[in-house]
Amino acid sequence: MYAYVARRILATIPVMAVVALFVFSLLYIAPGDPAAVIAGDQATPEDVERIRQSLGLDRPYLVRFGAWLWDILRGDLGVSIFTNLPVSTMIAQRIEPTLSLMVVTLLFAVSVAVPMGVVAAWKQGTLIDRMVMAFAVLGFSVPVFVVGYLLAYVFALELDWLPVQGYTSFREGFGPWLENLVLPAIALGSVYIALIARITRATMLEVLQQDYIRTARAKGVGQRGILFLHALKNAAVPIVTVIGIGIALLIGGAVVTESVFAIPGLGRLTVDAILRRDYPVIQGVVLLFSFVYVLVNLAIDLIYTLLDPRIRY
Amino acid sequence: MRLTRRRALAAGAAALAVPRLAPAQAQARTLRFVPQANLANIDPVWSTAVVVRNHGLMIYDTLFGVGADLRPRPQMAAGHEVSADGRRWTIALRPGLKFHDGERVRARDCIASIARWAKRDVLGQRLDALLEEMRALDDDRFEIRLKRPWPGLAFALGKPSANICAVMPERVARTDPFQQIQDYTGSGPFRFRQDLFRPGDVVVYERFADYVPREEPPDLLAGGKRVHFDRVEWRVMPDPSTAAAALQNNEVDWWETPLADLLPLLRRHRDIVVERINEFGNLGVLRFNFLHPPFDNPAVRRALLPAIDQRAFMQAAMGTDAALWRVPAGVFTPGTPLANDAGIEVLTRPRDLEAARRMLREAGYRGERVVMLSATDLPVLQSLAEVAADLMRRVGFNVDLQAMDWGTHIQRRTNRGPVEQGGWSAFCTTWEGLDVSVPGSHQPIRGHGAAAWAGWPTIPRLEELREAWFEAADPEQERRIAEEIQRLVWQEVPFIPLGQVLPVQAYRRSLTGVLKGSSSMFWGVRRT
Repeated sequence: MYAYVARRILATIPVMAVVALFVFSLLYIAPGDPAAVIAGDQATPEDVERIRQSLGLDRPYLVRFGAWLWDILRGDLGVSIFTNLPVSTMIAQRIEPTLSLMVVTLLFAVSVAVPMGVVAAWKQGTLIDRMVMAFAVLGFSVPVFVVGYLLAYVFALELDWLPVQGYTSFREGFGPWLENLVLPAIALGSVYIALIARITRATMLEVLQQDYIRTARAKGVGQRGILFLHALKNAAVPIVTVIGIGIALLIGGAVVTESVFAIPGLGRLTVDAILRRDYPVIQGVVLLFSFVYVLVNLAIDLIYTLLDPRIRY
Repeated sequence: MRLTRRRALAAGAAALAVPRLAPAQAQARTLRFVPQANLANIDPVWSTAVVVRNHGLMIYDTLFGVGADLRPRPQMAAGHEVSADGRRWTIALRPGLKFHDGERVRARDCIASIARWAKRDVLGQRLDALLEEMRALDDDRFEIRLKRPWPGLAFALGKPSANICAVMPERVARTDPFQQIQDYTGSGPFRFRQDLFRPGDVVVYERFADYVPREEPPDLLAGGKRVHFDRVEWRVMPDPSTAAAALQNNEVDWWETPLADLLPLLRRHRDIVVERINEFGNLGVLRFNFLHPPFDNPAVRRALLPAIDQRAFMQAAMGTDAALWRVPAGVFTPGTPLANDAGIEVLTRPRDLEAARRMLREAGYRGERVVMLSATDLPVLQSLAEVAADLMRRVGFNVDLQAMDWGTHIQRRTNRGPVEQGGWSAFCTTWEGLDVSVPGSHQPIRGHGAAAWAGWPTIPRLEELREAWFEAADPEQERRIAEEIQRLVWQEVPFIPLGQVLPVQAYRRSLTGVLKGSSSMFWGVRRT
C-alpha cells in the first residue's frame, strides 16, 4: 500500500510537467498582452513596448519557459505582473475562502444527496421518488448564478437572515464564517446534490436487486439496516467516484459562485488574472488546481480499499 | 445539560446572530466603498487606469489641485511665482507637510516626483520636452526652468486625470517610470495598508493623522481635504447585482458604478441616493485606423458623419434615461470651457442615411472588409460597437464585427497591419471627460502619425493647433483654437464623438458631504 501511495505521488511529477508545458504554451499562443492592459487605453505603441521589455515579455518562448520552469523547480511561482505580489502570497490569501466553500458545499451536498438517493431508490416509483428526480433535473438545469441570485434575494434582501456577499475568515469565529458560506454552499451544491442523488439512486436500485439483500430481508433485517448497512456500503464505490469527479465540478462552479457572492477565493483570482493576462498567476493557480485534482484522485483510490476489501493495490 | 437537536439548532442560530450585532460600532467609523474595478496595481504613475488614479488620489497629494472650475490652485504648494519671461517657476511648499513614514516633504521629493511623472503622462511629457532644469532652492522651495513659457504648468501638475503628478518620497520617485514602485509611502490624507491589501477583494486605507489640510473648503482636488472616517475600505465586487444587493442590505455604503439597468431599483430604495458625482463624465469615441483601407481615405470617414445618431449610441450604452447622457457632444467634453458648436451641424442636422450612402459611393469605397473590434466584458463599449457596426452596414460597409475580451481587444489595437494580418479598422471606446476637455491631453485629436494613439493619424495641422493651445495667452485665444480644432476634426475625422456618458453613483442616504467632481473622493464625507 505504502509503495503504491509513493508511486502515485511520484507519478504526479510527469503529470504536473505536462500540465506546466500545456498551460505555458496555451498562454503563449493565446491572444492578449499584459503590457497593453497595463499601458491602458491611451498608451502609444512605444509605451506598450517599453513595458513589455521591462516585464521580459519580449524574450523568446524557450527562454521564458526555461526561466519559469527553473523558478517552479525551486518552489517559486513568480510574481504577479500587475500587483507585484508573489503568486504564492496571492494564492495563500485566496485559498482559505475557496477551501471553506468547497468543504462546506461538499459536506452539505453529500449529507443531503446520499439520503435523497437512498430514499428515492427505496420508494421507487412513488411521489417521493419523482420529487427527488424532479429536483435532480432542476439542479442540473438551473445555472448556479440563478440559484445564487434567488437565494440572495429571498434570504438576504427579503428576510435579512444572511448576508448578501463577502467572506469572514474562520479565525474570526465559526458563526461569522458559516454565515457567509450558507447561501453560496447551497447555490454551488445544487448541481452536486443532483449529480450524487441520481447516481446514488441508480446504484442503490441495482444493489437492492442483489441476492444478498433478499437474504438479509429473509433473515429479518430491518429496512434501515438493509438500506444503510448492506446496500449503501456496497453501492458506495460508484458514489465515491462521482464525489471525486465532482471536485472538478466544484472548482468550476466556485468561479461563478465566488463572483456572485463576492467571495475572494481562487476562482475569482483566476478569472481576474485571465482577463488581465496576468500569466504568472494563471500558471500558478492552474498548477495548483491540477495538483489538487491529482491528489483527490489518489485519495479516492485509497478510499476504495476501505469500502471494498477486495480492492488491493 | 443534554444536547438535544432543538438546543443545537438554537445554539447555531445564536452563533450566526452574534456577528450581525457586534461590528456596528466599528462600521460607523468605516466607509465601505465598491470601486468601479479591481485595483490590480497601485502605482498611479505606472498605470493610467482610472481606478489606480483614484487610489493615487487617496494616498498622495499633489502640488496643485484643480477646482471644479478646472482652474488650478495651490495644494501642497503654499504658492508659486512665475518670472516675467514666464520661463522660471518658483514653487514654495506649505509648512508641516509629512509623508506617511513621518518624514518631512522636501523640495527634492517634489522634483523627483515631477521628473518620474514627466516621463509617463501626456502633459508631463510636454514638461519633459520644455524642461531646462529643476533644482531645489532649499528644503521648502524649488524652481522649474523652462526653455519656453508654459502657462499650463500648474494645471498639468494639479489635473485629476491620469496620470496624476503624485508627490512621493525621493527614494520612491527615483524608480524607473516603466517599473512599478515597491514602496507605497504616500503624502495624502489616507494611508494605504499594504499588509491588508488583497487584490480583487479589499483595499484598506486609514486616515493619516499627520496630514495637514488646507484651510479652504474642499473643491474637487483643491481646498481642505478633511477626513471624517478612520478607515475606508474598497470592496471589489465584480458582479453588479451583488453590489446592488449589498448596498440595499447596508453591507456597503457607496457603489461607484451602478449598472444603468439597476438604477430604477436603487432609486426606489428610500435609504439610497442616486446622483451624478462625476460632472464631466466620459466622451464616447468611434476611432478609425488611418493606415489601411477603407479608413485611410478621409472621404470614407466623412461619409459616416450624416448617419451618426449620437442619441442611438447613448441609448444603447446607457438606456433611455436622458439624465445619463448628453448630446450633442462635439470634440471637447460638453460643459467644459472649450466645448463649442463650431461645425456641430454635421452631427445635429436631421440624420440622412441616403446622403451617407451617396458620399460613400463617391469616396470610392470598394467593399473592403471593415473589422470592428468589440470588447464584450465592458458593456458600454460593446453597445457602442454594436450600434456602430449596424450603422456602418446600413450605410454600405462590409462590416466584420469581432467580439473579444478587453485584454485581447487592447492588444489587437496595437497591431498596425492590415485586417488580413490581424489588424483592425475601427473600434469604440470612451475617454474620461477631463482628458478630452483640453487639447493638451486630448489623445484622439493627436495627429503625429506613428507615435499617436491607436489609429495613428497623420494630421500636421492638428498638431500645430495643439501646440498653439499650449502657447495661448488667454482663454479667448484658447477657445478660438478649440473651435478651429473642432472644424478640422469634421474634415479629417480622426474620430467621431458619440455623445457624453454621464454615469451616476449610488450611496446610502446616511452619507453626507459627498463631493462632486471627476471621481469619488473621500474627504468631506460624513456619516450622519
